[in-house]
Amino acid sequence: MSGEIAFNPDDKYNAFLTTCRKAPHGTGKLAGVAVAVKDNISTLNIETTCASKILKGYIPPYDAHAVGLLKSEGAAIVGKTNMDEFGMGTTTENSGFGPTLNPCDTTRVPGGSSGGSAAAVAAGMVRMALGTDTGGSIRCPAAFCGIVGLKPSYGRVSRYGLIAYSNSLEQIGPMGKTVTDVSTLMGVIAGYDRHDTSSLNKPYNHTPKADIKGLRIGIPQEYFGKGVDSQVAAVVKKAIGRLEELGATTVPCSIPSMEYALAAYYVTCTCEASSNLARFDGVRYGPAADTKKSWHDAYQEVRSAAFGPEVRRRIMLGTFALSSGYYGKYYAKAQIARENIKADFNRIFADVDVIAGPTMPTIAFKLKEKSDPLSMYLADILTVPANLAGIPAISVPCGKSEGMPVGLQIMGRMFDDERVVDVAYAYEQAVN
Amino acid sequence: MVTEKDVQHIAELADVGVSSGELGTFTHQFNAIIEYFDILDRVEGKCPVTRDLFNILREDEIEPSLPQEEVLRNAPAKEDGFIKAPRVM
Amino acid sequence: MVDAEDQVIVGLEVHCQLDTKSKLFCGCSTDYRSDGPNTHVCPICLGLPGAMPALNKRAIQYAMKVAKALNCEVLNESEFSRKNYFYPDLDKAYQITQYDKPLAEGGYVEIESDEGGERKIRLTRIHVEEDPGRLVHMGNVERGKYSLVDYNRAGIPLIEIVSEPDMRSPKEARKFLNKLRAKLEYLSVFDSEKEGSLRVDANISIKGNERVEVKNITSYKGVEKALLFEVTRQKNLIRRGQKIERETRHYLEARGVTQSARSKEQENDYRYFPEPDLRPLRVKSWVDGIILPELPDARRERFIAEYGCSLNHARTLTGELKLANFFEKVVASDKAGLAPLASTWIADTLIGELNYRDMSLDKVEPAAMTGLVLLLKAGTITDKSGVEVLRVMLDQRLKNETVETPDAIVKRLNLAKTTGDSGAIAAAVEAAITENPKALEDYRAGKGGALNFLVGQVMKKTRGKADPAELNRMLTEALKKREA
Repeated sequence: MSGEIAFNPDDKYNAFLTTCRKAPHGTGKLAGVAVAVKDNISTLNIETTCASKILKGYIPPYDAHAVGLLKSEGAAIVGKTNMDEFGMGTTTENSGFGPTLNPCDTTRVPGGSSGGSAAAVAAGMVRMALGTDTGGSIRCPAAFCGIVGLKPSYGRVSRYGLIAYSNSLEQIGPMGKTVTDVSTLMGVIAGYDRHDTSSLNKPYNHTPKADIKGLRIGIPQEYFGKGVDSQVAAVVKKAIGRLEELGATTVPCSIPSMEYALAAYYVTCTCEASSNLARFDGVRYGPAADTKKSWHDAYQEVRSAAFGPEVRRRIMLGTFALSSGYYGKYYAKAQIARENIKADFNRIFADVDVIAGPTMPTIAFKLKEKSDPLSMYLADILTVPANLAGIPAISVPCGKSEGMPVGLQIMGRMFDDERVVDVAYAYEQAVN
Repeated sequence: MVTEKDVQHIAELADVGVSSGELGTFTHQFNAIIEYFDILDRVEGKCPVTRDLFNILREDEIEPSLPQEEVLRNAPAKEDGFIKAPRVM
Repeated sequence: MVDAEDQVIVGLEVHCQLDTKSKLFCGCSTDYRSDGPNTHVCPICLGLPGAMPALNKRAIQYAMKVAKALNCEVLNESEFSRKNYFYPDLDKAYQITQYDKPLAEGGYVEIESDEGGERKIRLTRIHVEEDPGRLVHMGNVERGKYSLVDYNRAGIPLIEIVSEPDMRSPKEARKFLNKLRAKLEYLSVFDSEKEGSLRVDANISIKGNERVEVKNITSYKGVEKALLFEVTRQKNLIRRGQKIERETRHYLEARGVTQSARSKEQENDYRYFPEPDLRPLRVKSWVDGIILPELPDARRERFIAEYGCSLNHARTLTGELKLANFFEKVVASDKAGLAPLASTWIADTLIGELNYRDMSLDKVEPAAMTGLVLLLKAGTITDKSGVEVLRVMLDQRLKNETVETPDAIVKRLNLAKTTGDSGAIAAAVEAAITENPKALEDYRAGKGGALNFLVGQVMKKTRGKADPAELNRMLTEALKKREA
C-alpha cells in the first residue's frame, strides 16, 4: 500500500451501495486511480449484496480474481455500485435498495444492470468502473449514460468471485469515460485464472490505434429494423458514416438466428439463475432462516421476503423450463439456437472484420416506463447476440437523440477485443 | 398454457413463495413469456454443442482452508462451530 | 431354492469416498475427521457466492482406475451436471454430479453365488460427484428443534457405482459389497476404515411387485441387515394380500429397521442441466495408460498356486488387502515351509481372536506371527499352547502393555511341549489311571469314551503341554500293561 484515497462523493444518483471513505491504493498501472466495482463482484471485507436484500450484510472473505488484479496494479476500490438485483434488469430499477438515476437526465433510468457503475463514471465520481455483462448489462448503461463499456470475449476475464447469474453468458468488463481508460482497465483484468475453468490464457496488452483504413464493417439489417427507434438508428448510421470517412467500408449482412436469440437468451439465463440463486437460503449468509421451521418452509419464508419480484419471476421461469419434461423443449433448444447464432456470426465474420449497429433500440427509458416484464426483455434484443456467441462487443457514445446519449455498438470476432477497441477509439478520436 | 396451480407448484419447487395476491399477475406474465419462448420450437439442427475446452483439471494439491471464524462469520446462527439450519425431520 | 414368486431382486448404488489429498473442486484437505466442524472449508466448498469449482485430476484418475478394474467402458465424452434440490447439508442447493454423460458404463463384479458358483453382477455405470456436508440433528423426531451443519465433508470426491438388479438375496448383496470393497482397497483409491467412506442405497423388490429404495445405509455391514428387514416386511405385506408401495425408505441403523420417507421428498424434480462452470472430459485414451495392481481374484489364485492355500483360506486371506499383505509378510522368510500352518493360523485362529476382541489387524506384528508359526512348526508347543500364546500377545497389546515375543511367553509360562521320555508325563498317566478306576474298568469293557476321558485328565495335569499323539501312545501302552 502506498497511500489512501479519500472518497466521499455527493451521490445524487444513488450510484453507490457502499462507499469506502478511505480506500487504500498501491503502485502499478492504476496507482491511485479510484475504481468503482459493481456490487455482484466479491470484494474482501467489503459488503457485497448484488443489490439484493438476501445478501444484506454479506462480507466476502475473498476478492474476486479481477478485484485482486486491480489491487495489484495499485487501484483504490472506492465503492460498490448499484445494479438490478443479481443483474436481472435493464434499468437498475430492480435494485433492492432503490433505483439509480441517469446523470444525463434524472427522470430517466441509467440502464442496467450495471447502472450504478455507469452513473458513477458518467457523473465523474470515479474515472473507471467494473461492470458485468450477461445480456448487455455493461453496454446498455454505457449507451444510456454516454460512456464507454466493453463486454470482453467469454473467457478473457476470470469470473471467479463474480456472483453468478448466468455463468455461460456473463463476463466482467471495463467501463470508463474514454476508450483509452476502458482499454487500460481491460489490460489489468484480462488473463488466465486457474480458478475459472472457462478462463483462457489470452492477456490483453494493447494500446488503442485509430487507424481503421480498409476495415470491413458488417451492418446487419436486423439492427436497423422493427423495434429500433428511427432517430436512434439515424444517429448510429451517421456514426457509421464517420467510420467510412476514416477509410472503412460497410457491408450489408443479416443474422437470421436473431429471430430466436432473445428467447434463447432468456431461457438460458433463467435456467442457470434458478440454480445459481438456490443457495440463498439464510443459512450460511444473509437474513436468518427460521431454524425452528422445517427447511422448505424456512427457505420459502426467507426467499419470498428478500428476493424482489423480478428475481423471483426469473427463478420460477428457469425452474419451470428445467422441470421434468421441458428440458428438451427449452434449455436444450436454446443451446442449439446459440450454436446457430455462433454459426451466423462466423459466416459474417468470414467476410467482415467487425459488425456495427446501435447498442440499444431506444434512448434511456423514463423511470417506471417499462412495467411489463416481456416488453422490458425485448429491449435487450441488440445486446444479447454477443453474449450468446461469446464474442466481444463495445458501446461507445455516438451522439444524441432527444438530448440523450446514443451508443454505437461494435462487435468483433471471438478474442478480437483489441479490434473493437480500436474501432471505438478511431470513432472517438474522429469526433473529439 | 400454465395455470395458477402450475405456478404454485413451480414456486414450491423453487422454494420462492408466491402469495395469493401475486398469483394472478405472475401466472399472466408467465404465460406471455412462455408463449414468447415457443419461438424456440422453430430452431432447427441437432448439432452437438461444440465446446473448445476439455479436460480442464487441477492437480491434487492442498491449499489452505478458511479459518473457522471466517466460515462462520456470515452465518446468521451458529453453535459450537456448527452452522445452525432449519430442522429436517 | 426359493419359489419363483418369492424371488428377491436387489440392485445397489454404492457411494465411495475417493482417497485424494484435496477435495473434488477445491484445495481443502480431505483429512477432516479428527478436526472440529467447519475447519476444512473454503469459499468453494462452502458454496459462497462467486466461488467456482475446479476439478481434481487425481479424482478422475482414481475413478478411471476403478472403471478399468471393474471392466467398465470409459465414455468418449463425459460431463458434470447439477442436481438441484434443497437440503441444509447442500451448500449450493445443487450437487455437482454426472447425469446423462457419466464417466463410465457397463462392467461387472464376480461374486460367489449362494449356490456356490461364481456369478457376474453387472454394473450400469460409474460416475463422479461431490459429497454434501454433514448434518447433526438436535432434538428428537417429534420435537426436532433444528439442525447443525458441518461442511467439512462437503466436496469430498465420491464415486457412485450403480449395479443392475442382479442380486438375488441380501447375502449376495453383502458378498457383492465385500468384493467391491476389496477391489477398491487393492486399487489404493479408497480407505474403508474411514467412517462413512462407503454408503449404500439399495433397490429391493419381490418379483412381480413394486420396488422400494432404501436409502442411508452407512456401513457395508448394515446392508444385509437392512435388506433382510425389507425382505421380511415386503413378504409379510404380500402374504397379507397388501400391495407394496413404490417408495423411498430410510434405514435407521441403530434400530435395524427401515422407515418410509416423507412423501415430499419423493416429489423431487432435480432439474438436471450441464454444470456451466466445468468443461467436459475426454479421457477415454487415458485408460490404456492405467496400470492396475494385482486384484483380489488374481491374488487368490496365486495364493492357491504359490502357497498351496485351500480355496476357502485363499478367499479369506485375499478378501482384505491388509490381511493378504500380512499373510505374505508372515511367511516371507520361508514360503513353502510356513504357508500351510500360517494360512490356517491366520485365516481361522487369528481372525477369530481379533473379532472376539474387536481388534484391528494393524495391532499385530507380522514378525510375532512368524515366531508363533515357527514354534508350532518345530513342534515346540502344542496347538493348544499356540492359541494361549496368541491370546497373551493380543491381550498385552490391547492393554497397551509391552508385547512379549512368542518365545518369551513360552518360556515364562513354561509351555514347551513335554516329551514322551519325561517323567512328568509318565507320572501324569499313572496318576490319571490310578485316580480313575471307573475309567480303567470301562476301558477294559471296551468303551471307547474311556480313553478320551483319560487323555483329558492327563492334559489337565500337564497343562496342555503334552503332545497329543505322544500322550495317546503312552496312555494306550500303560493301559495295556494293566490289562496284562
